[in-house]
Amino acid sequence: MQIDFSSDVSNVVKIIDTLKYKKGALLPILHEIQREIGYIPLKTIDIIAKKLQQTPAEIHGVISFYHQFRTSQPGDHKIQICRAEACQSRGSRDLEQHAKDYLAIEYHGTTTDSQFSLDSVYCLGNCATGPNVRINDELYGRVSNEKFERLITTYKTPANGI
Amino acid sequence: MTIKMFIPRESTALSLGAHDVAQALSDYSTQHDIELNLIRNGSRGLFWLEPMLEVETSKGRFAYGPVEVSDVPSIMEDITAHLLSDFTQAHSLALGLTEELAYLKKQTRLTFARAGVTDPLSLDDYLAMDGFTGLHKALASTSQEIVTTVVDSGLRGRGGAAFPTGIKWQTVHDAPADKKYIVCNADEGDSGTFADRLVMECDPFMLIEGMIIAALAVGADEGYIYLRSEYPVADAILQEAIAIATKAGYIGNNICGSGKTFNLEVRLGAEAYICGEETSLLESMEGKRGVVRFKPPLPAIEGFFGKPTVVNNVLSLSAIPYILSQGGAAYQQYGANRSRGTLPFQLSGNVKQGGLIELPFGATLQSLLNDFSGGTYSGKPIRAIQVGGPLGAYLPTSKFDISLDYEAFTKASAVLGHGGIVIFDDTVDMLEQARFSMEFCVDESCGKCTPCRIGSTRGVEVIDKIKDDDSRAANMILLNDLCETMINGSLCAMGSMTPIPVISAYKDFPEDFYLSSNHAVLEETNHG
Repeated sequence: MQIDFSSDVSNVVKIIDTLKYKKGALLPILHEIQREIGYIPLKTIDIIAKKLQQTPAEIHGVISFYHQFRTSQPGDHKIQICRAEACQSRGSRDLEQHAKDYLAIEYHGTTTDSQFSLDSVYCLGNCATGPNVRINDELYGRVSNEKFERLITTYKTPANGI
Repeated sequence: MTIKMFIPRESTALSLGAHDVAQALSDYSTQHDIELNLIRNGSRGLFWLEPMLEVETSKGRFAYGPVEVSDVPSIMEDITAHLLSDFTQAHSLALGLTEELAYLKKQTRLTFARAGVTDPLSLDDYLAMDGFTGLHKALASTSQEIVTTVVDSGLRGRGGAAFPTGIKWQTVHDAPADKKYIVCNADEGDSGTFADRLVMECDPFMLIEGMIIAALAVGADEGYIYLRSEYPVADAILQEAIAIATKAGYIGNNICGSGKTFNLEVRLGAEAYICGEETSLLESMEGKRGVVRFKPPLPAIEGFFGKPTVVNNVLSLSAIPYILSQGGAAYQQYGANRSRGTLPFQLSGNVKQGGLIELPFGATLQSLLNDFSGGTYSGKPIRAIQVGGPLGAYLPTSKFDISLDYEAFTKASAVLGHGGIVIFDDTVDMLEQARFSMEFCVDESCGKCTPCRIGSTRGVEVIDKIKDDDSRAANMILLNDLCETMINGSLCAMGSMTPIPVISAYKDFPEDFYLSSNHAVLEETNHG
């Protein structure tokens, strides 16, 4: 997907103008930018800084502190595998390895067809029915290796599409 | 005929296909000319039975579970042909009357009385089950009377630190300021815990009511729920609930016509475990990196943007409506030692019957396992249980007779925390678990204190050396020293408690660390 950067800038300005009056507005602003664009383009940091009267270093520092915020474009679908203890007790370590092998990427990676990004997460709060995987905003429990492959197939756009 | 049925709109049920089951029920009803009144309720917290479908009968609600889409036709036939006519049923997924399920009957549900029973977004349902009675009592009381009731209840912070909630409120109440805040800590990051999520998804008005009462008690007019972004369903339900409560006049500039003001907003975290620590949470809410603050000043004196702020866990605030409605003494009568009331335990990990178990403090871990767990999911023997989240000790089977209360856990150098109980079977490698604890700290340390920031990285390296048989005995001494440094040299629980699971792993499971029984690090146990 080609990003039209000029429209991103006007979007970002609009988002900041809407949210900057909130107390401690930076996280709501970053969330909204990432929701809108899929990530926080580095070039928007100066705009955010200027509008909030902070330094670009401060904004960058906040973005880099939180695992969720990213400054590069993710795949079409964001996959997160829970690697916390409750899921470990149900075999998530095997699932993590299988997912990496199956998608042929490591954590923080994106598949070559740009369809999937893979990340870990510490706890999705579904600890009685692990191992757990989140794809975009959907949560899946008791994910075996086979179930993981089925899920990927469901989300995958066929290569010959369009 | 009209059939009233319930299928949860709660994350665990959804993660196992509840939406698809709901759709199948609706399709089946259309095809068979059945008038279906399908309620999307919360979950009862019996997770191994989710998605659990319930149908209203003359004798009460009747449950089936765990239901898959392919089960829907046969269940609907069972319901229409048998259950609703002569109350016989023969379906293999029939569980009986919901209220009679042993898993529920053995519990003491004060906080979770409505979970799974009601439609979480129905104000009528909430009002029909004592909703807002606590608030009305609070509105008829002075702020000091509210605080005193909470002090009398003996309620202690359910986030993990167990600080008396009433004392915290008193401090904020007494602090002179032109502005005060109520902040709900809904950054439930501990692995093995989901009670906060269940409150927000299954009974959001209870949390809202607790926050309004807190505001009345301390003189605050603005509140925030700092919610972890890993909980999108809770976010959606909370947003809707706040809008409904605002429209009905419970939130806003004239609470129930009292002239009092309280506005409430949800703020999302961004995947940082440390933001569950209250000062880090406040930094994050102020739009900064979630780096912990020095204490004092306490948040109760200088909290959100320097103003006196109550920061309470979801479960603490959710206990408040009951306490106000029934009185401090009613809540205080439950419990053991100085641990008063109930704690919603969360049974998870490698377990057959995982779920939410609300009990008064003081049952033993073993009795909880006997009464509820059904054994491990794998069918293998239990080897270790981690109680209290990623900063909690791993308990060996020899310690399962421990009483589930704050005092007993402190005495055992363990952590009751937020009530998470994670079961591991005998395939667990405790050296790997200890390594993970350090690795988790590497990823999640805010970086302020050196022992936490660097010590955790060194911890991973030292454990790897022990694993690789590189000067094992000497590296165990080093690991032990490192743990001590982290405990004594870190500002908050992240650095000072990461060693707890590590130490418990090598002291109670020394064979996984290739330790000889006379190794120096084990001898200390005998003195301690």
